[in-house]
Amino acid sequence: MDLAVVELSRFQFALTAMFHFLFVPLTLGLSFLLVIMESIYVMTGRPIWRRITRFWGKLFGINFVLGVGTGLTMEFEFGTNWAYYSHYVGDIFGAPLAIEGLMAFFLEATFVGLMFFGWERLSRVGHLAVTFCVALGTNLSALWILIANGWMQNPAGSTFNPDTMRMEVTDFSAVIFNPVAQAKFVHTVSAGYVCASVFVLGISAWFLLKGRWVAVAKRSMMVAAAFGLASSLSVVVLGDESGYALTDNQKMKLAAIEAMWHTEPAPAGLTLFGIPDLATHTTRYELKLPFVLGLISTRSLTGQVIGISELVLHADERIHSGLIAYDAVERLKVNRGDTTARMAFELHKADLGYAMLLKRQVADPRQATDAQILEAARDTIPNVPVMFWLFRLMAGLGFLFIGFFALAFYCASVCQFERRWFLRIAVAMIPLPWIAIEFGWVLAEIGRQPWAVEGVLPTFLAASSLTVPQVWATIAGFTTLYTVLAVIEIRLMLATIRKGPVEAGDHPESEAKRPAFAAVPAE
Amino acid sequence: MAIPLDYETLRLIWWVLLGVLLIGFALTDGYDLGVATLLPFIARSDEERRLVINSVAPHWEGHQVWLILGGGAIFAAWPFVYAVSFSGFYLAMFLVLATLIVRPLAFKYRSKHADAAWRARWDWALFVSGLVPALVFGVAVGNVLAGAPFRLDADLRSHYEGSLLGLFSPFALVAGLLSVAMLVVHGAGWLMMKVEQGPVWQRVRRFGAIAAVVAVALFGLGGLMIGHGAMGVRLLGTLDPAGPSNPHYAMMIAAPGAWLDNYVRHPLLLAAPLAGVTGFLFSLVGIRWRHHLAAFAGSSLAIIGVIATVGVSMFPFILPSSIDAGSSLTVWNASSSHLTLWIMLVVTVILLPIVLAYTSWAFKVMFGRISLADIRTNPDFY
Repeated sequence: MDLAVVELSRFQFALTAMFHFLFVPLTLGLSFLLVIMESIYVMTGRPIWRRITRFWGKLFGINFVLGVGTGLTMEFEFGTNWAYYSHYVGDIFGAPLAIEGLMAFFLEATFVGLMFFGWERLSRVGHLAVTFCVALGTNLSALWILIANGWMQNPAGSTFNPDTMRMEVTDFSAVIFNPVAQAKFVHTVSAGYVCASVFVLGISAWFLLKGRWVAVAKRSMMVAAAFGLASSLSVVVLGDESGYALTDNQKMKLAAIEAMWHTEPAPAGLTLFGIPDLATHTTRYELKLPFVLGLISTRSLTGQVIGISELVLHADERIHSGLIAYDAVERLKVNRGDTTARMAFELHKADLGYAMLLKRQVADPRQATDAQILEAARDTIPNVPVMFWLFRLMAGLGFLFIGFFALAFYCASVCQFERRWFLRIAVAMIPLPWIAIEFGWVLAEIGRQPWAVEGVLPTFLAASSLTVPQVWATIAGFTTLYTVLAVIEIRLMLATIRKGPVEAGDHPESEAKRPAFAAVPAE
Repeated sequence: MAIPLDYETLRLIWWVLLGVLLIGFALTDGYDLGVATLLPFIARSDEERRLVINSVAPHWEGHQVWLILGGGAIFAAWPFVYAVSFSGFYLAMFLVLATLIVRPLAFKYRSKHADAAWRARWDWALFVSGLVPALVFGVAVGNVLAGAPFRLDADLRSHYEGSLLGLFSPFALVAGLLSVAMLVVHGAGWLMMKVEQGPVWQRVRRFGAIAAVVAVALFGLGGLMIGHGAMGVRLLGTLDPAGPSNPHYAMMIAAPGAWLDNYVRHPLLLAAPLAGVTGFLFSLVGIRWRHHLAAFAGSSLAIIGVIATVGVSMFPFILPSSIDAGSSLTVWNASSSHLTLWIMLVVTVILLPIVLAYTSWAFKVMFGRISLADIRTNPDFY
C-alpha cells in the first residue's frame, strides 16, 4: 500500500465531501421551509405567500443543483479512490446507497422539475404535494446515507467471510436500526433545518435593513424563527443522544473528545476547557464540571467512562486475539477444508481488523513483535487536541443558535423585527451554521481514525491501487472545478437576492406581460 | 429465515437488472445527452437554443438518477465490478464526473443572465457535457468487451496496469462513437416529438438521419471486430454457480472469438443484435417520413438491442481481465452475498414500480410540444 496515495485520497475525499456538504444542509432545511410557506399559501390563498415561496424556491434551486452535482462525486469516489474498501464492505455498504437512489433521489429529482415548471400545470394542492415530495426525498436521502455512515462507525449486523475475503451482511435490520445511524440522522437533519432558518432570517434581515420587500421579509422571518427555534433545540438534544450512542460503540472517540487520558471514578466530570497535551497524555489548565459527563454518556451515576490509556491496553489485547484470526484466514486461503483453522477463525473473527492495523508496521502481521503490537494499539488514538477543540466549538455554536432563535422570537413578538441591532446580528450569523456543520463532520470522521470501518478495516488499507500523479491530477481537477462552481454559485445567489422576490408581472418592461400570471389570487 | 430464491437464480436476476438499469439510463438520460450533443448543430438563435434546452429541462434531473442508481446498484449487487472498474478507469471516471457536474449547472444557470457571452459559455458547456459522457460510456463498454488490464492478488485487492490513453484503442473508439451516434438518434427522436415543427425540427431530422446511418455502420463494424479480434475469455472445467464470490475458485483462460460462443449455442440470442439494427433502421424510416413516434420507438429499440448484445455476448462474464484471465469477473464470482442480493431484490420490486409510476405522471403533467411562443411567454422556462 502506497501511504502517499492513502493520504492524498483522504484529502480528496475530505475536500469533495466538505464541499458537497456546503449545499446539502440548506437543501434539507429549505425544502421543509418551502413546504411550510407554500402550505400557508394554500390555506390562506394570499398571493404574497406564493411570492415568498417562489423567491426562496429560486434560491433553493440554485443551491440544489450543486448539491446534486457534487453528490455524484461522492457516490463514485468509493469506487474510484477506495476500491479495496468497496470490495471489502460493499456487500453491506452498497445496499443503503442503492436504496437511497431508489427511494430518495428519484423522488426529489423527479419532483424538483415539476416544482419549478409545474406552477401553471398543477392545482395549488397538487403543487404543494410536489414540494412536499421534494422535501421528503431530500430528507430520506439523508437517512440512507447516514445509515451507511453509521455502519462505518458501528458495523452492526455483519461478519467476515474467509471464502470471499470480505465482510458480509448477517442481519440487515441491525444495519438499518443501528442506534448510531438513527442518532446521526436526526442530529444531521436538524442541523440542516437550523442552517436554512439562519439563512432565511439573515437574508430577510438584510432586506429589512435596506427597507426593501418588508412584507415578504417579515413573514419569512416569522416562519424561520419558529422553525429554527424548534430545530436548534433538537440539534443539541439529539446531539447529546449521539454522545450517548458513542459510549457503547466508539469509546475511543468519546475519550478523545473529552481528552480523558485515564478512567476516572464514576460519574466522570465534563471538561469545559483545557489544553490537551499529546506528548505527556495530560490536559493542562483543566476546568471541569463534576459528574456531568458520566450523566450524559451513561445516563447513570455509576456507569464508567473509560479513559484513553485503558482503551489502548484493550486494543492491545484485541490485536493479539486478531492475530489468531488472521493466521486462520491465511491457512484457509491455502486449504478451504482446514477445520481447525475455521474453528480458530470463528472464535477470534471479531478482532480480525485489529490484526490488520499491524500492516502499517510489518507486511505479515504474524511476524510482529510485542513492541510493534503496542505501537499499533497506540495508533488507535485519534488526534486528541483537534477532537477536543472541534467538539467545543461545534457544541458552543449549537447553544449560540438556541439563544439566537430565542432572541428572534422575542424580537418578533416585542418589536416586529424593527431593531436594527438585531437585524445586523441576523446578517452576521449567516455563515455560522456552515462552520458548525463542517466541524461536526470533521469531528465524526477524524474521530473514527485510524479506521475506515471501526474495528474492521483500517483506513490505510482501504484505498485503491492508484499512483500519486493520478490522485494529484484529480485533486487539481476537483479543486479547479469546485472553485469555479463556488464562485459562480455565490455570485448567482447574491444576484438573485439583490433582485429580490420579483415576479414577471412586476416589471412591465421586462420581456412580455402575462395576464394569467397577475390574476393568481382570484383562483 | 430461509431465502426463497437460490443464489444462482438471484445472481441471474441481478445480471438482468444490471442490464435493465443501464438500459433505463440510456433510454432516459441518453436522449438528454443526445439533445445536448445536437444543440450547436440544430439551434442558431438564443430562442431556438432555449427551445431545445427546455424540451428536456423538466426531466433531466430525474434521468440523471438512473446513473446514480446504476452506480449504487452495481456497488450493492456487484461490489467487485464497482471496485475494479471505477478505480481502473480512474481518470476517465473523473472526466465523466466533471462533465456531469457541469451539466446541471448549465441547464439551471444559463438562463439567469441575458448576457450573450454568458449564455454562449453555458451552451458550450452543455455540448461538451453531452458529448463527453456519451463517448466515454461507449469507450468504457468497449474496454469491458476487450478486457481491462487488472489482476487480483491473494487478498482480492485489484491492481490495475493500464493508463488513460490506453483506454482509447481502435475498438473502444468504435464503441465510443457508436454510443454517441446512438444517443444522437435517440435525442433526435425525442426532439421530433417535443418541439414545434419549424426550422429546428427540420434540422433535427437532417442530423438524426445521418446519425442513424453512421450508427448502423459502426454497430456492424464493431461486430466484425469482435468476430475477428483477440477478445474473449472462457471458463474451464466445472464451477459452482452458487459458490462463494471469489474469482480464484475457477479456471478461466483467454480465448479469442469466445464472445460468439453464446450465439452458436443458442441462435435465438441473435435477436439482440438484430433488434439493434432493426431499431436504427426503423428510426431512420421514422425520421425520413416525419413520423416522430416511429423515430423515438426505433431509437429506443436500438438502445435496448445494442446493450443487450453486449450483455448476451459476454455472459457469464461481466468484466474480463486482459492481462490475467484468471482474475476475470463473472456472474458467478463477483456478486454480493446471497442475503444482500435477496434484500436488494425485495427493495427493488417494491420501489421501482412506484418510481416508474410517478415518473410517468411527471411526464404526463409536462406532456405536449413546446413552441417558440411558449419560450417567449412562460417565465418559468430556462
